[in-house]
Amino acid sequence: MTDIHTTHPHLDLETHEKPFLDANELVINMGPQHPATHGVLRVILRLDGEKVLGLECVIGYLHRGVEKIGEHRTYTMFNPYVDRMDYVAAVSNGLGYCETVEKLLHVEAPPRAQHVRVILTELNRIASHQLWLGTHALDIGAITPLFYTFRDREEILKIYEKYCGARLTTHAFRIGGLQYETYTGFEKEVKNFLDFFRPKIDEYEELLTTNRIWVERTKGVGIISAEDCIAYGVTGPVLRASGVKWDLRKAQPYANYKNFDFDIPIGENGDTYDRYLVRMAEMRQSVRIIEQALGALPEGPIMAKVPKVMKPPVGEVYHSIEAPKGELGYFIVSDGSTQPYRVRVRPPSFVNLQALDEMCRGELVADVIAVIGTLDIVLGEVDR
Amino acid sequence: MIAKLKGMYGSGIEPLTYAGQNYMVVDNSLIPEILQVLRNEEQFDYCVDITALHYPAREKQFDVIWVLYSFARNERIRVKTQIADGASLASSVPIWIGANWLEREVYDMFGIKFDGHPDMKRILLPEGWKGHPLRKDYGILQQDNEWVQINLGIESGQ
Repeated sequence: MTDIHTTHPHLDLETHEKPFLDANELVINMGPQHPATHGVLRVILRLDGEKVLGLECVIGYLHRGVEKIGEHRTYTMFNPYVDRMDYVAAVSNGLGYCETVEKLLHVEAPPRAQHVRVILTELNRIASHQLWLGTHALDIGAITPLFYTFRDREEILKIYEKYCGARLTTHAFRIGGLQYETYTGFEKEVKNFLDFFRPKIDEYEELLTTNRIWVERTKGVGIISAEDCIAYGVTGPVLRASGVKWDLRKAQPYANYKNFDFDIPIGENGDTYDRYLVRMAEMRQSVRIIEQALGALPEGPIMAKVPKVMKPPVGEVYHSIEAPKGELGYFIVSDGSTQPYRVRVRPPSFVNLQALDEMCRGELVADVIAVIGTLDIVLGEVDR
Repeated sequence: MIAKLKGMYGSGIEPLTYAGQNYMVVDNSLIPEILQVLRNEEQFDYCVDITALHYPAREKQFDVIWVLYSFARNERIRVKTQIADGASLASSVPIWIGANWLEREVYDMFGIKFDGHPDMKRILLPEGWKGHPLRKDYGILQQDNEWVQINLGIESGQ
C-alpha cells in the first residue's frame, strides 16, 4: 500500500483529490454461478477500484415454494421437506419442526427421545461447523482444512447412516419422538467419535488460528457491531462474535438442554476472525454436551402417544431453536384439519444475509468472499 | 406490560395467549405506533419475523404478524393485525432495519405493500412475475406461464 502511495501519488485511494481514472462506480455482477458464493447467490457489487461501496444481494434462485407445499401436505408428510431447506444441518431443521408441531398437539416427546435428539443435533452442529470451516477456508485460499474437515465429517455421517439410513437429509425425528431406537453400539460409536474428534479440533486450530495468512485475511474484516446485529436481527455465531452472549439453548431451552452444562463462547470485535474462534469453541462445547448426554441416557419409550391421523386443535405456535446458523423459527398455524393452514419458516441465513451490505462497505472485493463465507449461509434456507 | 398498553390503547388491543405463548391482536390503525412503543419503551429490540396469513373468506383478508423478542426481558411476543386486500401498512424498517427483507418477502408472497419501505420489490420471485403465490387462490402447480415463456423460452414451467 505504502509503495503505491509514494510512487504513484495520484492513486491515493483515501482522498480522491487527483483521480487517476474517472472515479466512477463500477458495477460488477458476482453471478449466481460462482464457486465461492456457497450456492446460487447473486451479489451486485458497486466498486471503486477494489473497494466496495455497496452491494445488493439478489436471491431466489433456489426458491422451491416450501411454504406453499406445506399447506398441501399433512404434518407428517411435510417432515422430510424441512430437511431440504438447510441441507447441511438437516437434523436441526427436523428438530425445530417436530418440536413446533408437538407444541401444537400439546404433547411432549419422552425423555429418552429428547436425549437422543440432543445427541444427534449436537453431532449435526459439529458436522455443520466442519463443513463451514472447510468451505470458508477454501474460499480464502487454504485448501488443506477442506480435506481434513470432510474426512472427519464422514464419521458423523456414518453414524447417521447407521441410525436412520441417510447421511445428509436425514429425516431423523418424528412428531412425538423418534421412530428408530438407537442401534446396538450407538453409544460406543459416538463415544469413539468424540475421542477421535477432540484432537482434530486442535489440528484445525493448528492449521489456521495462528497462521499469519489466515490472521491477515480475517482480522478486522467484516466487522459488525452488536447494536447492528440486533437491529438487523442477526443471530447465531455472528451475534455471539460481536459480543452478545445469547444462545437459545440457554435463553429459551428446548429438548432437554437445561440438563446439560456448557458455555457460550463469545467474541469481542465482531470480525471474521472472532466468528472463526466462536465456531471452533462451539464445536468443543458440542463435544462436551454429547459427552454428558452419553453418560446419562435414560430408558423408556421413544415415541409419545400421538394420533395416527394428526389433527391439531385450531391455534398457532411459534417455536425456534438454535440451529448452527442462528435462530431457526417455525410458525405453524393450524385450522383443525390434517394439513397445516400455514407453515412459515424463519430462516437464520435469510436474515443474516441482509447484514452483508453493512459488513462489506469499505472492504476490498476479496473480503466480500471472506464475509459471505463467515456468515455461513445456506441458500436452501435463504430461498426455501 | 399488557395492562399498560391496554390502558394506552383501550379497545385497539386484544391480548391473547395460546400454548403458553402471548400474542396480541391490534387494530391496524395502531401500526406502526404500537411497534415503536414496543421497541422503544418495552425493549423489544429484535424483530424476529414478519409474516402474513390469508383468509379469503374474511372481509379483512390478511393477517400480518410481527414476532418480536426482547433480549433484556428474555420474552417473545407476537403482534397481529388485520388488513383488507389492497390496503397497505406502514413499514417497520425505521424501527428495525432487519425488517427490510422480511417485508419484501411478505410483499412478494402475499402482495401486501408497506409504505415507506426503501426498496419495495420482489425478493424471492423474479421481477416481473405476476401473482402472489402464498395467497390461497394461487394454485399449488400454478406458475406465471407468460414470464416462463418469455424468460426461459419454454412452453410451460412443468
